[in-house]
Amino acid sequence: MASIRIRAALVAAFLALAADAGAQSWGPGADDKAFAEMLRTGFRNAGPVSVDRLVQDETQAFCSDPVASGSAAGAKRAEQLEAANLATVKWPADGKFLGDWRAGERIAQSGRGLTWTDAPSQANGGNCYNCHQISMAEISHGTLGPSLHGYAKLKGTDERALREAWAKIWNSKSSNACSNMPRAGHMGILKEKDIQDLMALLFSPDSPVNK
Amino acid sequence: MAARTGAAVAAVVAAIAVAALGVAGVAQEKDDAAKSIEAYRQALKDGNPAELFEMAGEELWKKPAGPRNASLEKCDLGLGPGVVEGAYAQLPRYFADTDRVQDLESRLLTCMETLQGIDTRAHVEARFGTPRKDELVALATYVSGLSKDQPVKVAASHPRERAMFELGRRMFYFQAGPHDFSCATCHGEEGRRIRMQDLPYIPGKEGAAAGWTSWPAYRVSAGQMWSMQWRINDCFRQQRFPEPVYASDMTIALSMFMAATANGSTMATPGIKR
Repeated sequence: MASIRIRAALVAAFLALAADAGAQSWGPGADDKAFAEMLRTGFRNAGPVSVDRLVQDETQAFCSDPVASGSAAGAKRAEQLEAANLATVKWPADGKFLGDWRAGERIAQSGRGLTWTDAPSQANGGNCYNCHQISMAEISHGTLGPSLHGYAKLKGTDERALREAWAKIWNSKSSNACSNMPRAGHMGILKEKDIQDLMALLFSPDSPVNK
Repeated sequence: MAARTGAAVAAVVAAIAVAALGVAGVAQEKDDAAKSIEAYRQALKDGNPAELFEMAGEELWKKPAGPRNASLEKCDLGLGPGVVEGAYAQLPRYFADTDRVQDLESRLLTCMETLQGIDTRAHVEARFGTPRKDELVALATYVSGLSKDQPVKVAASHPRERAMFELGRRMFYFQAGPHDFSCATCHGEEGRRIRMQDLPYIPGKEGAAAGWTSWPAYRVSAGQMWSMQWRINDCFRQQRFPEPVYASDMTIALSMFMAATANGSTMATPGIKR
């Protein structure tokens, strides 16, 4: 019974967001009401993952319509969303941007965490190699994102470069509203220390990234 | 048959070992690794273990079962009662008797209910890799084999089919969850890879066909036979979404989006995958 109420609330929340998004890119039969009903009947709770994950935030709702988000009106909205995402970035509490690159490499390798088959107690990975080339020693890397090899050589290591990379990892949508990259810090995928370690993988002169 | 499959599996294990040794860490060797993976895929086509699942599925299709002690041989998959040849190539489609657009697996559930009198709720609920789902995967594999080399005939011309296509297209771009992933995150651009795995660009005909026409498929790395429903289920797991409801409209909508985009391509089912 409670779950029915939660699901009804989900549908209402989805419809509110969808209405906010404005122009429709979808053909006959895929209106908001039909789509919300399809979502409601299409998913179930599994392990630690509940259907409340289907509730989108504003950024997700905007980026789920490639025609609207790619339009001229969309460009203005994208800027607003980038500013809102940038405002969520938490800078390192101890002022240190760089941790241990070896720990960073392990986090970059791991794709674990937050699926319905993952134990919530286990540490989440960064999924980095799924999409990026990083260390040349790892040839099994994806190509959805740009190569990060030679990152510090390309970007430098000054405060501006450090802050740019930190903001990108903490909340990738701070600089590109519909980036394919997850918002690792903002969504609680990685902890502050994990991000310090990933930063060291990118910036440390000893890291294989800069060899 | 079993010996042949055993030899094929042994060949795969050897090929994986060779591929693993071959990829010691230089960029040049990337191409070699991709080539050796392709080589063992080719070798396996001579002895796809999916054949075993086709045989098991055919037995299930013809064996009387359920409260009515009936077989599935009178099941109407869209070409009339009992016609299996070519049936998978024209699914999903609209069925007047259920007033639903259905994919193969949801239609199998319908036939189990109407012909055999089976309450299929337990089949829907069951996890993949457990006996009730194994039955459906075997049945789907059998039916898919009888559409091999046939052209995909899914024009989505009926208004209900068209609506399902549009819902599927919208679902494809729907992003949510802690990682902001949608299907399009991985399958929305041409020529991308996740790790070493090539990703089909599903909104294009070639990419849609690469996906749609090769499932059900035997997955060598897992040693499992996967249906399209299982394939979609595991995509959503990796997307960090909640679990799709088996044979739900959402899953059928995505299949309709893929199948209609791949319309006119050639079925290669059952397939074989890394």
